[in-house]
Amino acid sequence: MSVADALADAADAGIDFDGLTVEPYRDAYRWQTPDGEAVVTEAELRERADSPYATNWHYWERVVEGHDTARRAFLRWLEGDGEHAVPERYDHLRGGHTRHWGELAVTVVLSEDGQRRYEVRHEDDLGADVDAYTDPLEARQLVKHDDDGRYRPLSTAPTLPTGWAFVDLDGSDLVQTVEYVYPATVANWHREREGDLDVDHWEDAAGRQSGIYEIVQQLDGDALEWAAEACCVDSQCLKRREWDESEDEELDVPRGDGEFPCREPCSLFIAAARKFTTLEREETREYTFELTPEEKEQVEDIVDAVADGRTDEIREADVYEGANRYRARFLRAKRMDEHGLSGTPTYPEDHE
Amino acid sequence: MQALVIVGHGSHLNPGSSDPAFAHADTIREAGAFDEVREAFWKEEPSFREVLRTLESDEVYVVPLFISEGYFTEQVIPRELRLDDWDPENWDSDGTDADHVTLDAADVEKTVHYCGPVGTHDSMSDVIVQRAKSITGDEDVGEVDESDSSARQTESDGGFGLAVVGHGTERNENSAKAIHYHADRIREMGRFDEVQAVFMDEDPEVDDVTDFFESEDIVVVPLFVADGFHTQEDIPEDMGLTDDYRDGYPVPGEVDGHRIWYSGAVGTEPLVADVILERAEDAGAPVHDAVEAVREKTGGADAAAGD
Repeated sequence: MSVADALADAADAGIDFDGLTVEPYRDAYRWQTPDGEAVVTEAELRERADSPYATNWHYWERVVEGHDTARRAFLRWLEGDGEHAVPERYDHLRGGHTRHWGELAVTVVLSEDGQRRYEVRHEDDLGADVDAYTDPLEARQLVKHDDDGRYRPLSTAPTLPTGWAFVDLDGSDLVQTVEYVYPATVANWHREREGDLDVDHWEDAAGRQSGIYEIVQQLDGDALEWAAEACCVDSQCLKRREWDESEDEELDVPRGDGEFPCREPCSLFIAAARKFTTLEREETREYTFELTPEEKEQVEDIVDAVADGRTDEIREADVYEGANRYRARFLRAKRMDEHGLSGTPTYPEDHE
Repeated sequence: MQALVIVGHGSHLNPGSSDPAFAHADTIREAGAFDEVREAFWKEEPSFREVLRTLESDEVYVVPLFISEGYFTEQVIPRELRLDDWDPENWDSDGTDADHVTLDAADVEKTVHYCGPVGTHDSMSDVIVQRAKSITGDEDVGEVDESDSSARQTESDGGFGLAVVGHGTERNENSAKAIHYHADRIREMGRFDEVQAVFMDEDPEVDDVTDFFESEDIVVVPLFVADGFHTQEDIPEDMGLTDDYRDGYPVPGEVDGHRIWYSGAVGTEPLVADVILERAEDAGAPVHDAVEAVREKTGGADAAAGD
């Protein structure tokens, strides 16, 4: 149905949307926008079908539809959520209006009759010439590995690969593409905006685990803080952590700056927590071995480099870096034998 | 609106683990049977925990892409989907009879038709046979036309044997039940000269597969969802098809005077899409036309005709 037909069709029941009001008035219709008011016949109403207010109404109410859906809310948010009047919004959209969602850049462009077309790509690829896709389903495989070819088990890890763009999408396909890149983020973001986000704190999430994961309930408060610091910070995950130890006990670790909320510990966190739980069961022991001050710092450098994922960045010949491979090999050659560091057995009782 | 959700295990380590769920979802999408089709995983995203909220449909058919009834289908999936009124008794199953139950999920206003797993559906027997056809490239594999005596005098004079491989575990008796169930059903079809259930972790073991068959040709079909560690590494090495999985294995491969036609995981067979749809249809989804379309597309036309 054309915009003109749709307008004529809807006018008797009345329209009230984004600044446009149309309602029956005597034998004609009252047309009202922030720009002015007029009484128009049906024919004149049809002539106004190319008004931004009319095409905007048509796009949202006849094309997107889906009142109260996360899909609609997300698409509205992309173009500024009604913070500008329609003609002004159209000015923004004509040249393409871009918003960021995790590492994604989503661009809305106004097309004919107030329709919108969408494009989504890695934010680092804005303006770059990259491979173009149009089928949202292809996103599943495209984002499965990072640019170094490593499998990404966590969708919201900040390792989204570059070099692709989904182009010329309609609203539904855009949302579907985003959902395949960052599953359930739109739904939970929408719930949060509606004041309806259901958060499962650690206590609840750990409490319902069973089988091999049941033991995560034993992870104590300190270790939970360390686990969150290890896994749930912006450098590791783009979700903003909304869960805490329990409703009454907040974690000290910063929640993150992500646009979309994390409503409960994810499966990767639970799997890691299981390992942390078994690690935490061990008592500490005292070991005696000798390191030079530089060697001690080198061990610290190596832990830092691995923890920060920087090992690939350390240049082969940069022997001034503690985590340099040759430095590490030298340390191993000098200080480690079959008993480990400085010949100190991990379990001395096995060697008595 | 109606949605189908295929729930699979997924993996934090193996990127291929979710491929079968994606592939079957695509086949079903193309058939146009549902307004929405979504994959969800225990170890990947969207998680079981969050998938229902990503759907706009108010009626959802959930089909577990799992082999057997047990821990996942009876505990983990219903719990994670927040099917609060779930009770394993709902299925009234002895381990291979799970059908469907209709429940509400606590976090969304949707009706959820929770179906039994793909692996124990009767049609899975057809998929195993289809898998044997696919791997041998022979539509008539296992069938011997008695009027044509030359049939038994070709390369194999003993027809074909079929081994259905399961993981097996002492922790869950249903795990082996699913394997025996299909082995028994296929044996009753009378198609293969011999049909045997074998296991990785319990007797009879897949290591000794050739001991259980007189047939020179044995098709070995693992009843697993995805190809991974077990189907690509353990089983080929255990059977003696290869010394090192990294070298791959021949199809067919010679072991102890038998030709082993090893098929890899049955879950990757395209016809599994049909079983998923049938699970949903059994639960009341109006998808009959799609079932027919998918069967034709994925090689199950014979099965549909009562093969």
